[in-house]
Amino acid sequence: MMENQDNILHEVTQSDYKYGFYTDIETEVIEKGLNEQVVRTIWEKKGEPDFMLEFRLNAYRKWLKMEMPDWAYLKIPPIDFQAISYYAAPRKKPKYESLDEVDPELLDTFNKLGIPLEEQKHLSGVAVDAVIDSVSVKTTFKETLAEKGIIFCSFSEALKDHPDLVKKYISMAVPVGDNYFAALNSAVFSDGSFCYIPKGVRCPMELSTYFRINAANTGQFERTLIVADEDSYVSYLEGCTAPMRDENQLHAAVVEIIAMDRAEVKYSTVQNWYPGDKEGRGGIFNFVTKRGICRGESSKISWTQVETGSAITWKYPSCILLGNNSVGEFYSVALTNHHQQADTGTKMIHIGKNSRSTIVSKGISAGVSDNSYRGLVKIMPGAANCRNFSQCDSLLMGDKCGAHTFPYIEVGNSSSIVEHEATTSKIGEDQIFYCNQRGISTEDAIGMIVNGYAREVLNKLPMEFAVEAQKLLAISLEGSVG
Amino acid sequence: MCVSVEGKEILNGINLEIKAGEVHAIMGPNGSGKSTLANVLAGKDGYEITAGEVTYMGEDLLVQAPEDRARKGIFLSFQYPVEIPGVPMVSFLKTAVNEHRKFRGDKPLSAGEFLKLMREKKKLVELDTELTNRSVNEGFSGGEKKKNEIFQMALLEPKLSILDETDSGLDIDALKIVAHGVNALKSPETSTIVVTHYQRLLDYIVPDRVHVLYKGRIVRSAGKELALELEEKGYDWIKKDNANQP
Repeated sequence: MMENQDNILHEVTQSDYKYGFYTDIETEVIEKGLNEQVVRTIWEKKGEPDFMLEFRLNAYRKWLKMEMPDWAYLKIPPIDFQAISYYAAPRKKPKYESLDEVDPELLDTFNKLGIPLEEQKHLSGVAVDAVIDSVSVKTTFKETLAEKGIIFCSFSEALKDHPDLVKKYISMAVPVGDNYFAALNSAVFSDGSFCYIPKGVRCPMELSTYFRINAANTGQFERTLIVADEDSYVSYLEGCTAPMRDENQLHAAVVEIIAMDRAEVKYSTVQNWYPGDKEGRGGIFNFVTKRGICRGESSKISWTQVETGSAITWKYPSCILLGNNSVGEFYSVALTNHHQQADTGTKMIHIGKNSRSTIVSKGISAGVSDNSYRGLVKIMPGAANCRNFSQCDSLLMGDKCGAHTFPYIEVGNSSSIVEHEATTSKIGEDQIFYCNQRGISTEDAIGMIVNGYAREVLNKLPMEFAVEAQKLLAISLEGSVG
Repeated sequence: MCVSVEGKEILNGINLEIKAGEVHAIMGPNGSGKSTLANVLAGKDGYEITAGEVTYMGEDLLVQAPEDRARKGIFLSFQYPVEIPGVPMVSFLKTAVNEHRKFRGDKPLSAGEFLKLMREKKKLVELDTELTNRSVNEGFSGGEKKKNEIFQMALLEPKLSILDETDSGLDIDALKIVAHGVNALKSPETSTIVVTHYQRLLDYIVPDRVHVLYKGRIVRSAGKELALELEEKGYDWIKKDNANQP
C-alpha cells in the first residue's frame, strides 16, 4: 500500500519547471575569474563613487581569508570561483528612460514571467524593479513614488543619485566580512534595488524586485537595501527565476533592512530559482544573507518566505532587535523535492528590552530531498522581558526524503520567555482517500493538503503573491506524494 | 466477492444486490468485515480483491479510481471522518462539488452560488453555520463530524450512499437529526447501505432488507424484522449457528 502511495506521489511530482526558458539577448560578460582587477573592473563599469572601491576591495580581501562554511546540513559540491564570470549585463543601454527603448526581447521575457513592465498594464499597483543577470533594466512607478519622497531605484542609480544615503546605511545590518558569501557579494555585487521610505510615510503600493538569471556561466550577486525611516511603512516583494541548465549557477545575494523608530517593513519572497532536474543535474546554488536590524524603538521587521526553488538553499533571514519593544517575525515555507537540499531558518537576536519575536517554519520534503530548519533565538543579558515563540513543523512525503530541525536557544536573563514547538508528520493516506472519496483527484488532494499545512504562512503574503505561491507549491510537488 | 488484507481473508463470499430506491442494512458483531465492505466499495487502497466482482450501474466498479466512483455517485459517510488542518471546510466542499459538476459536464458553481447551496443544505442537518469556516473536521465534536458527513452527502447528491456506523458517537437528538437528513435525501433513484451495530438507527432509517455479516460472510438476510430479532437476542445465536465456519 505504501509502495502504491509512493508511486502516486512520484507521478504527481514529476512536473516541469515552467520558467526554464532562455532569452537570446546580447549580453556583455566579463572574463571568468576573480581577482582585485575584476573587482576594480566592476567598479569602473558601474561608474561608482570612490568609497565603493574601498568597500569592494576591503570585502574582497576579507573574503580571500575566509573559508566556505561547512556547518550546514548540505552536501555542497566544490565550487570553482575562478570558473564564474562576475558580471553579465544586457549589452544594450543599461537603463531605460522609457519603455520604448527597452529591448523587446527583454520586455517579452518579463511578460512571459508574468511581470509586465508597462505601468498601465499593471493590475494592482505594484512597483517593480526588474533585474536581469547583473543589471536593473527598469523600475516602474518611480515618479508616483517620488511624489511622496520615496526613493525606489536600482542600486546603481542610488549610488549615483543618493551616494550619502547608501554610504550611511550599507553594511549596517550585514557587515562586509559577516560571512563567506556576504563578503563575496560585497566585493562583486553588480546591482539590485534600493529603497528609502522617509519619515512618517506609508508606502502606498507594494514594492517589488524581480530577479532573473539569464546568461550562462555567470553568477548573480545582487544587493537590496531597504531603509524605513521613523514612523514609516513598506511592504516589499521579491521574486526570482532562472533558465534550466545542466550546470549549476551561483546566486549569492545580500538583503539588508534598516527600520528606525516605529517603522515597519514587511519583506516577502517567493523563491523559485531553477531547482535542477529530477536526477539532480543543474539548478541554482542559492547562498543568501538576509538580515534586518530594528534600530528604532517599537520598530518591526517581518520576513515571509516561500522557498520552492534552487538545488541548494542556504538562507537565514534574521532580525537584530536592537530597539526596545521591537518586533521580529519569520514565516517560512520551504519545499524540497527530487534532489534539492535546503538548510534554512532564521536568527532572532534580542538586544532591546521587551522585544518580541515569532518564528513559524513549515518544511515540506519529497523525493530524495533533505530539508533542514536551523534557527537561533538569542536573548542578551540586558534584554529584559523578551518573548519568543517558535514553531517548526515538518511534513514528509514518501520514505526517501529527510527533515531535520536544528534549534539553538540562548537566553541570557530570567525575565524572558522562550517557547519552542515542533512537529513532524507524513501526508496521511487517510487524508488523501477522504478527498478522493469526495471526487477530488490525488494530485489535487496533495496540493490542497500541503497548502492547508502551509496556510498560516501563506496568509502572511500579500494577496496576489499568496495565490501564486499556492499554485507554486502544488506544481512543485507534482509527481511526489507518499 | 472475496477480499484480503495483507494475505488475511476478511470478506469471503458476499452476494448482495441493491436496487434503486432501496435501503439495505448491514449488521454484525465487531470484526465481521462491515467497514471493509464499505471501504472496498468506495475504493480505499490496501485491500486485495481475491475473487468476485462488483457491478455498479452496469459497470465494473472495482477497476475504477476512488475519485471516479465518487463522481459517479458513490458516497461513503466515514466512521472516522478525517481531519485536514488548514483546509477550510468551505473550500474543500466547493472543490468537491465542482469536481462532481465537471464530471457531469456542468459549469462550476461560482462562490456566490455555492454559498447559497450550502446554506440550503445546512438546514437539513442543522449544522452550525460557523463549522464550515473551520478546517475540515478539525475541532469538530463527534456528533458534528457525523452531521458534517451527512451535510456533504446532501451537497453531493449521491446515487449510492454507504453510511459506515454513522450512529456511533451520536446522542439521541443528533441521531434523529442525522436520520432525518438521510431520509430527506432518499428518492426512488437513490440507494443506501447502512452499516451499523445497533437496531436503534434503523428505527429512524427503515431498511428494506437487513443482512447479518459474520466472519466475512452474509449469514442471514431478511426484512426489517431481522434487526429487531438481533436486538432482542444479540449476536450470540448467529455466532452459534455459524460456529462451524472457518
